[in-house]
This record gives sequence, structure tokens and C-alpha cells, in this order.
Amino acid sequence: MRRNWDAIWLVARREFQDQFRDWRIVVPMALLVSVFPFIADDTTRQAVNFMSRFGGELILDNLIPFVILVIGFFPLSFTLVVALEAFVGEKERGTIEPLLSSPLEDKHLYLGKLLVGITTPLVFSFLSIGIYLILVSRHDVEFPSAYMLALILLLTFAHAILMVSSAIVISVQATTIRSANLMASFVVVPVAFLLQGETILIFWGNEDVLWFAILGVALLSGLLVRLGLAHFKREYLLGREIDTLNFKNTYRVFRDRFVGGAKSFLTWYRVEIPATLEQLKQPLIIVAGLGMIALFASYAWVIVNVPAYIEFSPERVDDLRKLVSDNLVDLDQLRVRLPAPLLFFYNARTTIVFLLMGLVSFGTLGLTLFMFNFALVGGVLGAADLVGFSPLLTFVVGVLPHGLFELTAVILATAAMLRVGALLVSPDTDKSLGETLLLSLADWFRVFIGLVVPLLAVAAVIEIYLTPVLIKMAFPFL
Amino acid sequence: MIECEDLSKKYNGDFWAVDGVSLNIQPGQILALLGQNGAGKTTTVRMLTALLNPTRGWARVAGYDVMKHPHEIRANVGVLTEQHGLYMRMTGEEYLDFFGRVYGLESETRKKRNQYLLEYFGLAEAAHRRSGEYSKGMKQKLALARALIHDPSVLLLDEPTSAMDPESAQLVRSEIARLRSSKRTIIICTHNLAEAEALADTIAIIYRGRILLNGSLEELKRKVLGPVEYEAQFSGPFDAGELELPEGVELASRSATSLRFRVDAPLVVNPKIVHELTSRKAPLVSFQEVSRKLEQVYLKTMADAQGVAYAS
Repeated sequence: MRRNWDAIWLVARREFQDQFRDWRIVVPMALLVSVFPFIADDTTRQAVNFMSRFGGELILDNLIPFVILVIGFFPLSFTLVVALEAFVGEKERGTIEPLLSSPLEDKHLYLGKLLVGITTPLVFSFLSIGIYLILVSRHDVEFPSAYMLALILLLTFAHAILMVSSAIVISVQATTIRSANLMASFVVVPVAFLLQGETILIFWGNEDVLWFAILGVALLSGLLVRLGLAHFKREYLLGREIDTLNFKNTYRVFRDRFVGGAKSFLTWYRVEIPATLEQLKQPLIIVAGLGMIALFASYAWVIVNVPAYIEFSPERVDDLRKLVSDNLVDLDQLRVRLPAPLLFFYNARTTIVFLLMGLVSFGTLGLTLFMFNFALVGGVLGAADLVGFSPLLTFVVGVLPHGLFELTAVILATAAMLRVGALLVSPDTDKSLGETLLLSLADWFRVFIGLVVPLLAVAAVIEIYLTPVLIKMAFPFL
Repeated sequence: MIECEDLSKKYNGDFWAVDGVSLNIQPGQILALLGQNGAGKTTTVRMLTALLNPTRGWARVAGYDVMKHPHEIRANVGVLTEQHGLYMRMTGEEYLDFFGRVYGLESETRKKRNQYLLEYFGLAEAAHRRSGEYSKGMKQKLALARALIHDPSVLLLDEPTSAMDPESAQLVRSEIARLRSSKRTIIICTHNLAEAEALADTIAIIYRGRILLNGSLEELKRKVLGPVEYEAQFSGPFDAGELELPEGVELASRSATSLRFRVDAPLVVNPKIVHELTSRKAPLVSFQEVSRKLEQVYLKTMADAQGVAYAS
């Protein structure tokens, strides 16, 4: 432990020394820290005066926390400069090879550079926030609570780790600083969106919700650090001089994995698909389990909490049942309004969206969306229960016939997506990040083409042609 | 010691940067690895320093397998990279101290090694200046000092004297020779053929990832340029007519004032040639071996590999 820390600190100390001798880093940082809080303070004062005239209490109450978040974020943008430079910069200057030829381990190099990338901008960020708070404290404005301040500082810290960890992943994978800078937009744009989302949370006024943002960002950062460490390879840093896209090789690798050893379509189904399912055993259990938890938790939440918001008087229940009945009349027209191919397309698109969300979040966002869908089913069953329909009967006739195929397909696609995310953050000494991604995507497409597509097609036909009939039969009194 | 067998590296799925390289370099030996840019020299060295994993074959460096013990190899090998790789904002002393720490040297040893290397390479006066202010030659010397900081048993040196002035280059060559005498195993990748000729015990020529030739300088000369040639020079025109040459001697060329012989066993036949010439009253001024440079060996090998005519 001590030896590891010494080695990490050795790498970090040299970087710190280098940074503080580079006026191109020190001067802009110092300017940002010394000038921006004053500008922000003046802007806050004018905004407070303006808002006070119109009584914008909600905005006034949360203006300072919002400005703190922004002030803290500006110096963090330097994390990108420092982190992007970390590996590809050294590679371009030729200083990386002596370091890689030394007995320092991968984790020492990686974590040493991560430490520097996080610490310097964070110190400047907190310094900037500190100056701003001192300036604000001179005015007659409501100062944020210590709890809120702590949350924002934590959030700023989480942003720093998120940006540095993703920038270092880019720095390891890029071959030139120029390409790394271009790829940095993949960090800046999502973080800008994230900041906007957090701003909404701040103005929403519920401090505790910020914990979700902190935990979400921390989880993603943790996964990014894991991804970076898993795919940090000396070979990868030195083995490539230019980025060449070998489409032929890419196609060959993908095709070989997708087809496997199958010589015919039938063998592919009989041998390769079961082999893929075998690999998916663990993610399938996790995904199905989380789906069930989301369904039952949502059902229970609706049953317990909704009556507190809606009064279920006999008249109200009658109104709701009538509403359902009116909608069921529309079920006759369902095949016209939503033809089976269109429904199939929507469902297939949803599974692809799960994959895309999973790809940018190592499975977490895709899994969240999946759970949200199951929670929706649970919520509908809870609502049915509240208006006097049997939730079991509703499930058996309204969900199960097509759900047997559709939910299975979604569970399979989500499990395959989760495996893609898990493989990305798992160390594999033989494969690069690109190869791992390509192979795991080939596995996902195997499941998608071989199982999900046929299952969703059958589900769409049943949902349009059979489910409405069964609902009508089960609830003839409507 | 460095041993490798069928060492190969494939990039991008289909490009063999190194293909079947086999070498055996004993302690106290220097191998010069020659080849064009992109021939596979750097990739070979990187595989031997456990920076790249071989696609095929195996290698043992300083007694360790490159695949199984990369950490031990890095700790026992000194590498001078193609680019000097200095941190420009560090002083020479700080730089050596940093790498001393990286290689786990104790404080006292580190100080001694720093001092010794800085003085040896004539950098002591510039030790407190940032390396960004150094001349090219000074940078190269500092990089070489870095490669030697942990007193490694194996040295892999890529262009060790490039950008150096003649005095500095000579200093570096002396240091390399000294290291050989202290039983270090050394590989030098270089384009400086005179340097390779002066330093190397063994020379390997690599072309498109394959070793075309590997052996001592004399072996390579004999193999590529044929038997040794000797030239007899005369003080004036001399008509040799039909010479009675001993077995194993071939007349390679003639002019009015000189004759050139291709000789298999000079110790045996040279006295006989001289006797034949003097018995014919030839105005002999000198009889000596025709100098053949590594450059000729290299250029002819390359020309043969590329299928073009070699213009000697």
C-alpha cells in the first residue's frame, strides 16, 4: 500500500511541479480565480436587485447556490487541459516512453496523473468559490445553508472526477493532442447538459434531490476510472502513431464474432445463440430481478401513496372506470391507429435506445430506463387495483399475452446491453478498448437479431390483434 | 543477456512490423541493429523492453521472459529512446533524481549516481539549469545518463550519438565501450554505420521486419562482398602478362599501375603472390588489403533486398 502510494505520488509530484512552472496554466488559472468571483458577485448583486422588484423569490433563494455551482465549474474546465495532456501530450513530446520503460506499474502512472488532473483545478475551483462567498457575505442577501454548500462542493468534486476520468480515457486512446481535443467535446457537451440538469434541481428547491446527482455522477466517474485502468496499456500508447480506421478488419472481427463457428443459419441458432445465452446467464438474473423489483416497488408505491393525492370516492372511481371504458372502445381501432409493424418498430427502437444509453454510461442509464419501463407496468397495475380492477386479471389479459414475448425480449436486450457495459470496464490484457467494444456489440447484435427481433415481432402482432380481444372478454362489464 | 526466437509483431490485424527475429547477445557484447526507418528496429527494441507484447515468438532479457516478467525486465534494462524524452521544465539534476526514484534507488546511491553521471557527461555545470535550455547534444547526454541511472545490466540504445558534436559522440562511444567491458549486454539501433563498425561485436541488418544478415563484421563482409581483396600498387606502368597465381587466388581487376586479387586464405597465399610479382621484377610499392566498409555491406544488402543494382 505504502509502496503504491509512494509511486503514485512520485508521478503526481513531477506533474504538479511541471504544471506550476508552466505559465500557460498558472496565469489563466490565477486570472480565473481572481477575476471571475468579482464579476459573479457584481452580477449576483444586480440580479438580486432586479429580481427583488418582481418578487422572484424562488430564483432569489437559489441564485447564490447556482452561481457557486457555475463558479466552481469554470476552473474545472482546466481539468480537461491537464488530463488530455496527461498521456497523449507526453506521447507527442516523446517523454512517455522513458516513463513507460521504467518499472512503474500502470496503476501508478494512471492514478498519479488522475490525482494531478483532479487536484489542481479543484483547488482553484474551491478557491474561487471561497472568494465569491467572502464577497457575497458583505451583501444583504440570503446566504446558502451549510448543508447546501456542502452538497454543491461535493457536486463540484464529483464533476472534477467525472471530467478528469473521462478526459484521461480519451488521452490514453487518442494518438495526437489534436484528436484528443476534438474528442473532448464528448466530455464538455454531456457535462454542460448535466450542469443544466443540476441547475434545474437547484431551482426546484429540493436540496436532497442533489444527492441523486452527486451519486449518479460519482457512480459514472467510478466506472470511468475503472474503464481507464482496465484499458490502460503501454502497448496501446506506443503501438499506434496515427489513427487508422481499418474498416476491413473491423468488419471481419465483427462478422467473425457475430457468426461464430456456424456454417448455416440453423447451426447459428442451434449452437451460437445458446452459447450467447449461456454468457448472459448472470446479467439475465440481475436484469430480471431488478425488473421485478421495479414492478413490485412501483405497484406498492402507487397503492400506498396515490390515495394521499387523489381521493377515491365512489363517484371518482366511477369516473375513472368510465374513462378506462371509453379508452377500451378505442381498442377496436388500435390496429388502424397503431399497426403491428409500427409497434414493432417502436419497441425495437426502444431496445436500441437502451443500448445507446447503456453505451455512454456503462449500462447504468440503459438499466435505469429498463427499470422505469417495468415500474410503469407496476404503476398501471397499482392504478387498476385502486379503481377496483383485479391487478392479477389486468396483468394476465392486458400484459401477459404479448408481455411474455415483449418483456422477454426487453430483458434479453437489456441483459446483453449490461454485459457490453460490464465488458468495457473489465480488464482484458489481450484486447484494446475498441476491440472489446466491437466484440461486445457483436454479441449484443446476436441477441438482438437472433432473439429480440423475432420476439418483438410476435409480441407486436399479439398486442394489436389478441390483447384487445382478451381485455374485452375479461372486462365485459365495461 | 538477450535471447529471442521468432520474435514477431503484427499491427492493425495485417501488418507485420517485425517478422521472425532471432538474436542471441551475450554479456559483454554489443549488437548493432541496422535498417531503414520503419524497418522494425524500434518495435524490436520495444518488445525486448516489454513495452509491446510479441504476436509470436519469445524473448528473454536479463534472464526474464518478456511476457511473464515485464516489471523485472524494465527494472533491469536501461533504454535510450529515439527521442530524448526530457521534461523541459526540470533541471538536469531534478530529472536524474526523478528517474533515480522511479527506479527505486536509495537516497545516497541516487546522489552518487547523479553526481557521477553529470560529471562524466560534462553536465555538472548545467545541472541546475532547465533541460529545455540545453543544446541538442547536452539533451542527448542527459537522456543517456537517465538510461544509465540504475546501472542496468542490459542497455538498449536508439541512436545514442545522434545530434552530438564529435567530442561528445566520442565520449559516449567510450562509455558504451566501457560498459561492454563491464559485461553489459548492449543493443544499439543506429544509422551511423561508422559507429556500428567501431563498436559492435555483432551486426544485424533488418529490412521490413526480417533480419537479412546477422554476424560479425568480418562474416558479413565475406558473405556480402565475397572474399577479401588485396591490392598491389606499382611505382610505374607494369605489364604483368599471364601471372601464375596460387590456388585460391583470383585476379579481380587490373590497371597499368595496380593489380587486385581476391584471396581466400591470405596468410597462406599472400607471400606466394608477392613472390610471383617480385620474381617478375614488378616495381612493387605496396601490397595491402582493400579497405571494405560496413557501408558497402549495408548498401549491397539493401540493394539486393530491393532487387536493384548495387553501385559500389
